[in-house]
Amino acid sequence: MTDTTAPEDRPAPPPGAKPNLPRLELHIPEPPSRPDTEVDFRHVNRGKAGAVRRPDIAEHESNMRDLPYELIRVLDDDHKAVGPWDPKLSPDTLIKGLRAMMLTRAFDDRLFRAHRQGKTSFYMKSTGEEAIAAAQSLALDKGDMFFPTYRASAWLHARNYPLTTMCNQIFSNAEDPLAGKQLPILFSARDYDFYSISGNLGVRFVHAVGWAMASAYKNDTKISLAYVGDGTTAEGDFHEAMTFAAAFRAPAILCVTNNQYAISSFAGFAAPERLPFAAKALAYGFPGLKVDGNDFLAVWGATQWAAERARTNNGPTLIEFYTYRAEGHSTSDDPSRYRPKDEANHWPLGDPVERLKDHLIALGAWDEDKHAALAEELKEKVRVAVKEAEAIGTLGQSKPPIDEMFVDVFEDMDWRLKEQRAELHQLRAARERGGSN
Amino acid sequence: MVENQPSVNDAALDEGFAETGTKKMNMIQALNSALDVMLGRDDDVLIFGEDVGYFGGVFRVTEGLQKKYGLKRCFDAPLTEGGIIGSAIGMGAYGLRPVPEIQFADYILPAYDQLVSEAARLRYRSGGEFWAPITVRTPYGGGIFGGQTHSQSPEAIFAHVTGLKTVIPSNPYDAKGLLIASIESNDPVVFLEPKRLYNGPFFGRPDEELKTWANSGDPYAEVPLGHYEVPLGKAAILREGREATVLTYGTMVHVAKAGIDDSGVDAELIDLRSIVPLDIDTIVRSVKKTGRCLILHEASRFGGFGGELSALVQERCFDHLRSPIQRICGYDMPYPHAFEWDYFPGPIRLAEALKSAVEYR
Repeated sequence: MTDTTAPEDRPAPPPGAKPNLPRLELHIPEPPSRPDTEVDFRHVNRGKAGAVRRPDIAEHESNMRDLPYELIRVLDDDHKAVGPWDPKLSPDTLIKGLRAMMLTRAFDDRLFRAHRQGKTSFYMKSTGEEAIAAAQSLALDKGDMFFPTYRASAWLHARNYPLTTMCNQIFSNAEDPLAGKQLPILFSARDYDFYSISGNLGVRFVHAVGWAMASAYKNDTKISLAYVGDGTTAEGDFHEAMTFAAAFRAPAILCVTNNQYAISSFAGFAAPERLPFAAKALAYGFPGLKVDGNDFLAVWGATQWAAERARTNNGPTLIEFYTYRAEGHSTSDDPSRYRPKDEANHWPLGDPVERLKDHLIALGAWDEDKHAALAEELKEKVRVAVKEAEAIGTLGQSKPPIDEMFVDVFEDMDWRLKEQRAELHQLRAARERGGSN
Repeated sequence: MVENQPSVNDAALDEGFAETGTKKMNMIQALNSALDVMLGRDDDVLIFGEDVGYFGGVFRVTEGLQKKYGLKRCFDAPLTEGGIIGSAIGMGAYGLRPVPEIQFADYILPAYDQLVSEAARLRYRSGGEFWAPITVRTPYGGGIFGGQTHSQSPEAIFAHVTGLKTVIPSNPYDAKGLLIASIESNDPVVFLEPKRLYNGPFFGRPDEELKTWANSGDPYAEVPLGHYEVPLGKAAILREGREATVLTYGTMVHVAKAGIDDSGVDAELIDLRSIVPLDIDTIVRSVKKTGRCLILHEASRFGGFGGELSALVQERCFDHLRSPIQRICGYDMPYPHAFEWDYFPGPIRLAEALKSAVEYR
């Protein structure tokens, strides 16, 4: 948005400004809509489902530079799967995917409420973005390592991570698998190929590249998958990872989950003039795909293509998943303060759960009754898990053993930690003797 | 008299690696030998960094290793310190033991977030599921007319980060043994190499004729050829004394020897060798014996590691102290190019401090 101050109202130029030259103006990006304006998604070019070509997996990057500028879609407006990116999955697999997405949504809804009830300190939902991690979790192999963001719990739900354990982490209770050391939902689940999340953005993008390099170094067959959000592409880590991935042809799938928002800042800050994030790959010399992130089949198809390239030593791929953050950034955010209240309902690429459901119905493999029954079943499953975790304790009611606090700072505790542990035990003993808390 | 005297027995005892015997080495050769030994013993060890591959590093520490072990064991990296450390963490999480090099410690700051937020915290935040056994080698310190971007001593900013180990050798024997111990450690290590000592001991007298390690007569220039460790967290008492304790590490160890000689004070010299883990027992035992404590480091004083040492000594030896603890450090400014020897805490400053400590009433 340019400065609209009338020239006569502008302050006098600073000393040394030349009167014969135009005065410079600072550009500040602004989104097309705000709470007091109409929703405006005119910049979203949906393209046509099935229209984008699918190059051979061994194709050279130089022959694919058109791809970032088109949107790969499989599900068309009649809910049919069309075009070369259709992974042609069985109805069983599709239902598995639908289930994972619906479970993620049911879990998010329940745990978000748990936060409002004071049972945990923090929560973040994946609403609207469930297709991405759900499809990738099912499309990739056991042993491939996922370097997630905090909006990717669908990966765990797709692999049937125990819900009660997840709740225990969110409640930081005595059974918290991370022993009370990490913020709720910043999971780590090595057995589920799910790398430890930190609260810092982008840092693990580079780890994914190093991990993939290590796999190649050992002549292993595993690949890595990593996410950053649209906003985080502005971080140095993104470019460091891209540079390393390109130089060493790391067998990695690097993804930008473009949900249009970094908290309240619109994606135009990280991608001026609506340049596709996928196009950033071109400068590094490896392919970039822009994919409809709300299209379970398109996510799967693109992931499969990138995975095959990685597994056959054709190097990394950057995939931009074009999606929309349907709810707030976190429990601490109220998006109606910076975007139109009903913006989510107007997202031109729809809702991922509804779209896969409609596709399954169009296939004749699903119906509204089955869908409603599944939603009910998952809601109940989540309710039971939350109850189990609540029985162990919610935030503050129950904690892991206090000694855990001193464990895993180093492999072996050093004298400082031993002394501090002893000090804490003394304090606690004195408090107990004093009868106060 | 000297604790932790170099011994060839470590190497001779080491099965599976046939090379025995010792050789006079400078610190570059000793570090190269450590890397050579570890590359030979463990396929999971690999080296990368700016100019470390074919060229062998700007200080030649990795010379010949790519030729001997192949491209993928020792290779160049793009000029992105964050990328170098970040990818090393990922390799570590996979199960490798990467030994990345940052060309100068002054350049490590772009990687500071990776070291602090990731390498140091990964084990803790994942409940022990993931960790990063990386050893970041980087030359530090001044005395080479490197100006403010090739002279800094940033050890305190790593020591403050719990979860990182910070190691600083002062001689070829320790350099090799500490580097091997660092690589074998399952915790992330920042390994600071005193570049002023690469070719010979430096006593803080720039006008003096320089000695090489080979002709220095220093027993620690005799380095076993095979595998041995100098354990992390074990200080060396390089000179026993009754009147004062001098705590130091890295480049300043030799300056301390000179300063003690100049002062005529019977001081005990402790080379900490690693500041995390810190050998608190050796420090406390010595200060309780001597009753005086002086801390010498090249990094600027305010907020430096000397402040931590001073606090620890005060907390644990208060009743034994006969004079105030003194810090002899670089001044609180960027490393000033033309005034290097005025900034540098040389032997004269230490000697004066020692004399004032024993004269304190």
